[in-house]
Amino acid sequence: MDSILDTKLLFVTGKGGVGKTSVATGLAFLASGAGKKTLICEVDPKGDLARSFECAATPYGGIEINNKLRAMSMDTESSLREYLRLQLKVPVIGRIGPVAKAFEFVSTAAPGVREILTVGKLLYEVRNNTYDLIVVDASPTGHIVSQLAAPQALRELVKLGPVKSQTEWMIDILGDPNKTGVIVVTTTEEMPVNETIELTKKIKQNTNVNLSAVVINQVLPELFSDDEEAAFLSLFEKDNQEVLSQNISGSPNAVLEAAQLAVTLRRLRSEYLEKLRDNLDKNIPQIYLPYMFNKLTGLKSVKATAQALFDEIN
Amino acid sequence: MAKSKIKYKSKLLEDLLVTKEVIIACGPGGVGKTTSAAATALTIALNFDKSVLVLTIDPAKRLANALGLDGIGNKEIEVTQEVFKAANMNPKGRLFVAMLDTKESWDTLIKRHAKDEATVEQILANPLYKNITSKFVQSHEYIAMERLYDLHSSKDYDIIVVDTPPTRNALDFLDAPDKMADFFSSRLLKWLIAPYKSRIISIASKPFYQIADRVLGNQFLQDIAEFFIAFQSMYDGFVLRAESVKKLLADSRTSFFVVSTLEQVPALEARFFVDELLKRSLNLDAVVLNKVLPEHFRSKNEAETAKSIKENSEKLAQLLENEKYSKSLFEKVLTEIATSFLNFQKVALQEASLENEFTDMVSLATKVPFYSKSINDLESLEELGKLLWVKS
Repeated sequence: MDSILDTKLLFVTGKGGVGKTSVATGLAFLASGAGKKTLICEVDPKGDLARSFECAATPYGGIEINNKLRAMSMDTESSLREYLRLQLKVPVIGRIGPVAKAFEFVSTAAPGVREILTVGKLLYEVRNNTYDLIVVDASPTGHIVSQLAAPQALRELVKLGPVKSQTEWMIDILGDPNKTGVIVVTTTEEMPVNETIELTKKIKQNTNVNLSAVVINQVLPELFSDDEEAAFLSLFEKDNQEVLSQNISGSPNAVLEAAQLAVTLRRLRSEYLEKLRDNLDKNIPQIYLPYMFNKLTGLKSVKATAQALFDEIN
Repeated sequence: MAKSKIKYKSKLLEDLLVTKEVIIACGPGGVGKTTSAAATALTIALNFDKSVLVLTIDPAKRLANALGLDGIGNKEIEVTQEVFKAANMNPKGRLFVAMLDTKESWDTLIKRHAKDEATVEQILANPLYKNITSKFVQSHEYIAMERLYDLHSSKDYDIIVVDTPPTRNALDFLDAPDKMADFFSSRLLKWLIAPYKSRIISIASKPFYQIADRVLGNQFLQDIAEFFIAFQSMYDGFVLRAESVKKLLADSRTSFFVVSTLEQVPALEARFFVDELLKRSLNLDAVVLNKVLPEHFRSKNEAETAKSIKENSEKLAQLLENEKYSKSLFEKVLTEIATSFLNFQKVALQEASLENEFTDMVSLATKVPFYSKSINDLESLEELGKLLWVKS
């Protein structure tokens, strides 16, 4: 499992709301803590990284979180400018102005262009070996495949031009399991589980990228073993209720009900967990993260997730 | 309209369900938006003499099953009387369901706006068509609103309940019609088309082509141009349409409700959504707070009880001990339930503080308690509808 952090580029994806950013920031924090020079990149800039690391807005050029960790946000216009400058030796001074606007359009309209500008920038950093590890807080499940498959799609679409040759090395890095991996984050709820199963299949069919792990987030604790549960249920009997009422302050009902709900919740979710396990390729590592009852925010939350990941990976 | 005996959570809610023609459920992904939309539509169909359509974005199989359908397609289908009968329900109205199929809806749109059959064929056959329609100017969001407009103008339904796409940027579907209109009147479209059409490259667009040529290759640009030349012929139809869609969204007969859970990230997104709807003076009529832990989880007294159970677990276990269950077993169970309560209380208290922030913004917040069953049949959907809108 340690090998996950030994790759160069990790895309962390998942359905919205499952804790994709928490896992990405946790992984980046863990890696940097282990001495790896790490970059974390937010693909859909919503300010999630700035919130998590309690820092200023994360620009395209990156911002230092600590001496081993930088955070950046993707910006396709900047990526294009950088690309033109570095790859094509086209001098671009200042804003590209209307041309950039035109590209902004082409990149929304044309298949793969926006994706290639996103993935291309990250792959470029991998090729240059700027970092030991790049963690990507990637697009959610619906868009990640088109991002990962962008170089292939572009290779087929663009018949000529320098872009075509650029796609070759990109495909090589993406397809190398020692360099690139995808981590899918899910919770044990119906829709996230279904999407995860679908996504793992799509990644296999439509991309050449290795699926490194599935992170199962917010796993509720199992409250009781079988005999404990029987003893628990006996607490609802009249005599036992009386014993409790007479010896504690207040009525035990709410507390008992709460425990019942916790048991039901866990049971309901374990059905989905089972479905997930049944449908996942047995070779894909599964990482379980416990439900965090303490609602932490910002850096505290990042550290707690990093710790939980560390406990699970080791 | 049949007068209902059911007591709604407020008079406003009953008005919302009956006097509106379009009800749009929006909010972050994963909070139960699709199910809430379906439950709302069912509640209306059960209690009012109305034809209700629920237009869903999510191809949720479970929802189809719950409604007694094999699957939900682009074309609207009715939930049959047999299905209602089997569930012991006697609806006053009728319930229809449709799912948004982006590709199919685009095809329909092209067929409607294109000036002739040849243009239709040319567009549909273009290799870039599928890619472009699924990517450009938030085409998914646009087509959702376009389809809504279409269904609304057909006057086939009294009320349409719409479930919106779980966009990361909550504004996308509100802005989609505008963006579409902007795009069609933009210089950009002219640039893309011009050199191919007239072979004259203006000074302004020259740098674009120089770079585009180097980056993308000439053939690719030609493909794009060819596609948009055909597309441009639909300009007038599209712009007019986009205007009408925008008007419908702002109409007083259209109502929005925001669905969220009381978890940090979804709540943050939902609040942003509430702000935007208010800023745009759109009719935000309710906020649905879904999957909220029961009220007593927030109680200080209950926490005291839990602590008291924890502190006295040994003594209590001794008293409870019997031939079936040992003292140590009880002790463990008591500690476990007390800890579990205190854990859930932390969550519940955070929910309470998030809830306050919502009720500050919108007067109509309706809370749905944590629903521990899966919603897999009409009965459970009805139950959810009651939790949403009906006073218990």
